[in-house]
Amino acid sequence: MTVLDVKDLSVDFATEAGTLQALRKVSLKVPANRIVGVVGESGCGKSTLINAVLGLLADNGRVTAGQILFEGKSDLVHLDGTGMRALRGQRIATVFQDPMGALNPVLSVGKQMRDIQYRSGRSRKEKDALSVEMLRKVRIPDPEHRLAQFPHEFSGGMKQRIAIAMALLMRPSLLIADEPTTALDATLEVAIIELLKDLQKQIGCSVLFISHHLGVIAELCDEMIVMYAGEVVERGSTRDIFHNPRHPYTKKLLACDPARLARREPRLPTIPGTLPDLRNRPKGCVFQSRCELADDVCSTMPPDTALSTSHVARCWHTDETAGAAA
Amino acid sequence: MTTEPLLSVSDLRVRFRIGGMMSALAGRRTEIEAVSGVGFTLERGQTLALVGESGSGKTTLARAVDGLQPAAGGSIRFEGRELRDLPKKDWKPLRRKMSMMFQDPVGSLSPRLSVRSLLAEPFAIHGLSGRSLDAEVERLLALVGLPRDFADRYPHQLSGGQARRVGVARAVALDPELIIADEPTAGLDVSIQGEVLNLLNDLRDRMGLSMLIITHNLHVVRQIADRMAVMYLGRFVEEGETEAIFRAPHHPYTAALLSANPEPDPDKVHNRIALPAEVPSLLDRPSGCEFHTRCPFAQDICRTQAPTPSALGSSRLTCHFPLNAGPSAVEAIAAS
Repeated sequence: MTVLDVKDLSVDFATEAGTLQALRKVSLKVPANRIVGVVGESGCGKSTLINAVLGLLADNGRVTAGQILFEGKSDLVHLDGTGMRALRGQRIATVFQDPMGALNPVLSVGKQMRDIQYRSGRSRKEKDALSVEMLRKVRIPDPEHRLAQFPHEFSGGMKQRIAIAMALLMRPSLLIADEPTTALDATLEVAIIELLKDLQKQIGCSVLFISHHLGVIAELCDEMIVMYAGEVVERGSTRDIFHNPRHPYTKKLLACDPARLARREPRLPTIPGTLPDLRNRPKGCVFQSRCELADDVCSTMPPDTALSTSHVARCWHTDETAGAAA
Repeated sequence: MTTEPLLSVSDLRVRFRIGGMMSALAGRRTEIEAVSGVGFTLERGQTLALVGESGSGKTTLARAVDGLQPAAGGSIRFEGRELRDLPKKDWKPLRRKMSMMFQDPVGSLSPRLSVRSLLAEPFAIHGLSGRSLDAEVERLLALVGLPRDFADRYPHQLSGGQARRVGVARAVALDPELIIADEPTAGLDVSIQGEVLNLLNDLRDRMGLSMLIITHNLHVVRQIADRMAVMYLGRFVEEGETEAIFRAPHHPYTAALLSANPEPDPDKVHNRIALPAEVPSLLDRPSGCEFHTRCPFAQDICRTQAPTPSALGSSRLTCHFPLNAGPSAVEAIAAS
């Protein structure tokens, strides 16, 4: 079953300087029990995408086309505020980048965890028992006593684990994690990755994991999508993308990762050129101004070319991009 | 003059007061030592990276070196001059020679100043109005690879990478000797990160800068730093040449950090040194070797006796049982 199915989603923002096309024809699927990564540079539309899914677009943002099907039935694009509120925190949960910002500093952790179970109809005792069980799952030592403590009494890594415990408390079918490891050092980052993998298996939810850290995506995700300037330029299994990238942007992005360099280089690889102006999108392929393969055909919109049953790239020149990573 | 390193820090200590009278009356500790006896030297033209988890004291150390945080003990010598307890008025001329780049690229630029004013500001502060400011602004924009018309933009009109370039231009405006950069590429995407690191490397070569860089991205450290120091609970646990440490880390914490570094290969088999995630509190430092509560190789002696700093190859470290030490070194340590 597909938990989240986004079909040809386009989102515009009305700005003083004109209409900004933040997302254009974005399609992705998050199957049940899978972890799907979203990677792309800042400004590529990752946050707009999750805000659209959560129904939290800013007032000047509007879905102009497409569908967001959740659990195969409700189209989130047309769901009203009440319907959305019934889903958020219950069926769709979120973990954000900054754990301190996600926790209320003046309420104890136990109180916040009870509040999340507001709709459950359980007694206070039952709620606390469930909170303790969840905190134990995210490996907070001595959880019974920790419930009475406040967020500032925990370290950064622990706060992020508490935020994960809260997100999973109502056993959502979809967890959206927006750069949850960016603020942590390498050892804690790996601990969170392992934890998410374990919890995903135990709870059986799907995860949509947003990051610009390619190493983290490679370790955690089963499938991934690559976004550039508001479009999904390539999607496939994590193996497909890392071992056989076919969109020229994906190839360049992977080549830029200093983790690929085994020794010190006098010059690090970069992607020459700049992002296109989203108020004035180029006709056709969105990457053409920075692409060596670009030619006349690229001024018309490239097709989503299927390279295998799971691997798709939005490019005219996928025949020429086969082979090892650039 | 030539024998003196640009910056030499020894036994540096920075303390923060915490809690109030009530904690004092209750017999709780009212002070933590965030930087606890750190020493290193930085030669001209060299880059030293400070790595370690959040809260390990990296930023506090950098702020103490730059005089933004008073030191409680130890010494900081810059071009042979002692900076500790330097009167405030003597700092101003020094800041021309030592500039700081703060963590958040956009947040460290005043939102109400145009790029032109931001770049002219250092000259005004130091009373260098004799120069043609427009020419200086143009020179700086060209130096960091931004088009001339960016002078009229405001910080909110810049992307993270562009704002970072403006930050670099401000830092190098007055031809400093030393740049202290706190997480210069945090939050930037890999391709932009490469551009910023290339720029810093270029400027270092062209202007003969020395750099003290704080980062928790180990891939960045390898690409930019000649030497690296690993901090844990406000102390250096290992310091040495970057390449040597990457090849053969001696301290178990360094080894764990390096092995934890996620790599962009889904089929990579990781041979990780797993650490318990509980970082001890500075209020309650562990006995003996402070890393023993998380160290997978800890022995009885580690719990009771603090290791003394020792030299091994090009590195200095504090550990009873260093890794990759070779049989002779292990015997030497066992015998001592």
